[in-house]
Amino acid sequence: MAAAELQSGGDVSVSLRGVNKTFASGITALDRLDLDLRPGEFVSLLGPSGCGKSTALRLVAGLMEPTRGTVSWPGGQRPSGRHGQIGFVFQEPTLMPWASVAGNVALPLSLRRFDRAATDARVAASLKQVGLDGFAASYPRELSGGMKMRASIARALVTEPALLLMDEPFAALDEVTRFRLNDDLLALWREVRRTVVFVTHSVFESVYLSERIVVMTSRPGRVFTEIKIDAPYPRDRQFRTSADYAALCRQVSEALADATVGGGA
Amino acid sequence: MNGDPVAPVMPARNRAEHALRLLLPVVVLALSVLVWELIVRVREIPPYVLPGPGLVFRTLIADWALLSDSLVVTLITTLQGFVLAVVGGVGLAVLFNQSRLIEYSFYPYAVILQVTPIVAIAPLLLVWLPQEAAVLACAWIVAFFPVLANTTLGLNSVDHNLADLFRLYGASRLQVLRRLKLPAALPYILGGLKIAGGLSLIGAVVAEMAASSAGAGSGLAYRIAESGYRLNIPRMFAALVLLSVAGIVIYFALALFSHLMLRRWHESAVSREG
Repeated sequence: MAAAELQSGGDVSVSLRGVNKTFASGITALDRLDLDLRPGEFVSLLGPSGCGKSTALRLVAGLMEPTRGTVSWPGGQRPSGRHGQIGFVFQEPTLMPWASVAGNVALPLSLRRFDRAATDARVAASLKQVGLDGFAASYPRELSGGMKMRASIARALVTEPALLLMDEPFAALDEVTRFRLNDDLLALWREVRRTVVFVTHSVFESVYLSERIVVMTSRPGRVFTEIKIDAPYPRDRQFRTSADYAALCRQVSEALADATVGGGA
Repeated sequence: MNGDPVAPVMPARNRAEHALRLLLPVVVLALSVLVWELIVRVREIPPYVLPGPGLVFRTLIADWALLSDSLVVTLITTLQGFVLAVVGGVGLAVLFNQSRLIEYSFYPYAVILQVTPIVAIAPLLLVWLPQEAAVLACAWIVAFFPVLANTTLGLNSVDHNLADLFRLYGASRLQVLRRLKLPAALPYILGGLKIAGGLSLIGAVVAEMAASSAGAGSGLAYRIAESGYRLNIPRMFAALVLLSVAGIVIYFALALFSHLMLRRWHESAVSREG
């Protein structure tokens, strides 16, 4: 399942080779994981709960080190969150409740003692991108679940990262909100063209969003197969109700089912 | 829509309940005072056993110069003990949080200091320290532990994802402490302060009691002990009333402070409908 060969010519920005992650508790989250991420692509990691998707994301972010194997950056140095090259969106909004929305979004910049005026401008731009302009002074508890998640995305985007890592960001939201955020995320991605790695356990969400879906097995997590989603962007409600979409969802569902049986979950 | 700011207009039912909450304790107080006065009059209880509330009040006025001086002395001790407890408690908690080794080494002794009854330590402190310092030390020992325990709990209750986020963005240790851990611990610290306020008053009183046997001191507790020796029970009651009122004021002042600090963001300070 060598992913690198799947698309020749495309340069690789992150490359995971033979990665194993075993926790102190003895649980092996990932084993012999090979995965390549290409610049500007939207790729989803799809798998059942506990298949190590989030662990893979944290390895890429540098929040964890692999037990065995390598995470390499063929394009050059590992980008660091410190310099704002990686944005991370968690499953929960993970906002500081004591700070206003603007304060939360400004965090990555203010930790680097960024110039105040430049920070304000970037925060405003970032809030506008996610449709939260006008809520800068609000506190997180005054926002709905979807708006909190938007604030969280704005915070991840404020440093203009090359790599945006999203760990089941919309899993806790209702369907209407999730659809709207999916649409907005796609529009945003087409506008800024960052590499997005999107972890999800929803087949429908992954097909709707991604150029490429990496289906993973569980316990230990490993790449089961990759599926390219060739449907053109922009994708909208029409795509969501099309026969193509349904067929792709079926194909991915079957792959996921096979992966789940194979993984023994 | 859930998550919307709460409407500023209080529903009528809510307002009635609010009024009741204020009114009922006052009614109970008035009735108790009335019954107290009646019993004292009907049973003709002598004032050196139980003075009526009227006499207590008159004594409070008559002895105000003496009692208010003592009140100030006790309050100053309480305040100093409280401030030291806050500085010491929060400071130690931060120190423990920064270094496991220091925490393991010293936390047990903080607990020992706390579980040893203060009444038992006070005489020893009075032997070792000048009286004022000893009284202060007592107030501090009693009050600092809840601040330490609560702050420790708060510093350890940081959202793991937020901690990861700070790590991802390369935050320094100081930044994590100042911008993540301390704000996250604030509700816990304020909870500790509410307990510590009352306790530092208790510590000050206990120490004054112990000191008064040595014949010195002029705080309210000393007045109570002295009035006891002289069978001046009305003055004893007046001093007691002042102590209670001081305790109540301290508690509400800290509750108000806590509310003002947290009202923008913490669930405990946010009013809800229904």
